[in-house]
Amino acid sequence: MKKILFALAASAALTVASGALAADKYKACFIYVGSKTDGGWTQAHDIGRQMVDKELGDQVETAYVENVPEGPDAERALERFARSGCGIIFTTSFGFMDQTLAVAEKFPDVKFEHATGYKTAPNVTTYNSRFYEGRYIIGQIAGKMSKTGTAGYIASFPIPEVVMGINAFLLGARSVNPDFKLKVVWVNSWFDAGKEADAAKALIDQGVDILTQHTDSTGPMQVAEERGIKAFGQAFDQISAGPNAQLTAIEDTWGPYYVKEIKAAIDGTWKGGQSTWDGLKDGILTMAPYTNMPDDVKAMAEATEAKIKSGELHPFTGPVNKQDGTVWLKEGEVSDDGTLLGMNFYVEGVDDKLPQ
Amino acid sequence: MRLELIKRPQQSAFFSAVSPLFALLLTLIAGVIIFTLLGKPPLAALYTYFIEPLSEVWQLHELAIKAGPLIMIAVGLSVAYRSNNWNIGAEGQFIMGGIAGSLIPILVPGFQNFMTLPLMLIFGFAGGALYGAIPALLKTRFNTNEILTSLMLVYVAQLFLDWLARGVFRDPNGNNFPGSIRFPSAARLPEIDPAQGAAHWGFVLSIVAAVIVWAMMQYSLKGFEVKLLGESPRAGRFAGFSSARMVFFAFLLSGGLAGLAGISEVSGAIGQLRENISPGYGFTAIIVAFLGRLNPIGTIAAGLVLALTYLGGEGAQMSLGISDKVARVFQGLILFFVLGCDTLIHYRIRLVFGDPAAKTAAEG
Repeated sequence: MKKILFALAASAALTVASGALAADKYKACFIYVGSKTDGGWTQAHDIGRQMVDKELGDQVETAYVENVPEGPDAERALERFARSGCGIIFTTSFGFMDQTLAVAEKFPDVKFEHATGYKTAPNVTTYNSRFYEGRYIIGQIAGKMSKTGTAGYIASFPIPEVVMGINAFLLGARSVNPDFKLKVVWVNSWFDAGKEADAAKALIDQGVDILTQHTDSTGPMQVAEERGIKAFGQAFDQISAGPNAQLTAIEDTWGPYYVKEIKAAIDGTWKGGQSTWDGLKDGILTMAPYTNMPDDVKAMAEATEAKIKSGELHPFTGPVNKQDGTVWLKEGEVSDDGTLLGMNFYVEGVDDKLPQ
Repeated sequence: MRLELIKRPQQSAFFSAVSPLFALLLTLIAGVIIFTLLGKPPLAALYTYFIEPLSEVWQLHELAIKAGPLIMIAVGLSVAYRSNNWNIGAEGQFIMGGIAGSLIPILVPGFQNFMTLPLMLIFGFAGGALYGAIPALLKTRFNTNEILTSLMLVYVAQLFLDWLARGVFRDPNGNNFPGSIRFPSAARLPEIDPAQGAAHWGFVLSIVAAVIVWAMMQYSLKGFEVKLLGESPRAGRFAGFSSARMVFFAFLLSGGLAGLAGISEVSGAIGQLRENISPGYGFTAIIVAFLGRLNPIGTIAAGLVLALTYLGGEGAQMSLGISDKVARVFQGLILFFVLGCDTLIHYRIRLVFGDPAAKTAAEG
């Protein structure tokens, strides 16, 4: 009994001590919508956080909270972080937008960074990645690799970000195979391994031989591996879930951005009210190794990647028609960012009715 | 070998009274063991869990925000369950109440005066009650199982809300993102003390509902009717009470309160109609109702305790890096010990050796 008491006292003393030590460090905090081991979106953010630990560990301390539901719970978690001495808080889901702004107003001295949103404030900056660049590349690969000429797309919610990804994928595929078809299944969830896997099976049964997804679990990749078809990883290199299935993956590489922003926050050069939308060339988005494909397809993918990086190629360049056949982009015309960020229509060739 | 629960002929009044404390003690011991095994400082973890969320005023406000909807829903459910009507669909009624109340600020945004909020609350109650009437009607007319129908209607409500928030009710200036317009201040349930924290009047409404329903159960003929029909429908019929009417009463009341909780959440805590307005309050409230021993006043304490475990789990994650899975295990342990202690007051455990069938036959 004495021993236990001693252990308790010692552990309490330790906490106090470590608390005192930590107070000297700059505190960077992260709010996750999913589990940090989801194998997708949230894990990619957490790896970014770990990079901060590794690179700035001597002056920065990180904290996180995972599986935070969007809504009042997020507001509470944010307020708690803001009160606990966080200098900068990253809110890593679109759905945290209004809560981020509400808490930012209450704590003008704390810096906030909201991922994928469109509202800013003097102490709120948004950051996003041009995922569509990667989706154009995987679309091209699908166009070359698919024997049936049909890919399946497992989509989460019909918000502009997702619609933009579907369009970019199809434009990529049609750039090498003008008759390419795309089937879309909406699972209405960001993370639901069971539902995503069911959607994958249904798509395969409809004659799809390549899968891609805008959801966060490795469920579809595992189904692709079992059924012997190809698939693309989402947000995170999912090669361990599909060693024979994964062609490549769009990897979210948030680490360098987090390190840059936290450094700026510490040395006083951080700016609020910004909207960062970086892409392949900035390294916020990277492609996992091109595997399980012939050399010529790999060479094509690498060439496209290089062209996007150099600015020679923009995936949304005309001529592009909308799904109903009307002209969206004329020959040579490039879409502006505003249209992309509010996208609520399909391009020609998507075999689905956009849920409105 | 197997375990049998034997009903005790008498229940110890002393242990009935101290059983929650006993359960808390067991939870604390289990907590120390778990946190020590995880290599986390156990005392600090328990402090973050149970004390820290109560140590600051703004956190008390957060506790009220979390507990408010749980209590309001559980009050209604406790009456339904007492009357032997198993409404599992409070989550759906909560959502439908939120939708019905939101009709006013979304469809007639210009209607902003002192009547806006009361009308919204009435709509919310009515929306939840009418949605609760569906399983009641199915049960009384077609003798369907209300557990199944009320549960399945939850998913209908969730999808309906999803469709509204992404479609017809979507904010036209919202970049095509889901979610309605932000409600004008006349349509917002005000905060109790904005200088101190974010809690809104929804919590007060919950407490008032609990007290009123408790008084009804305790002192009115209706309360007697609920209990009598719940325990013995046959005796109830001899007393001239109608089972069918009781089904409707139970579902309208529990559905209505869930709906009221829904509109309170939407107009108080959220401020717009989103594609998702509940982190499972309607289901958690079932636990709250039972933890509160199906007594409306008991649900107040139970709702606060459950809300505390949410806040504590979150705090443990933030300050000590304890995974939220552990937080949920811990939450499960609390419920396990509370319900376990309660069960052992009413029953004792007997170990049965050998062939159970022969034994029963011999005893029978």
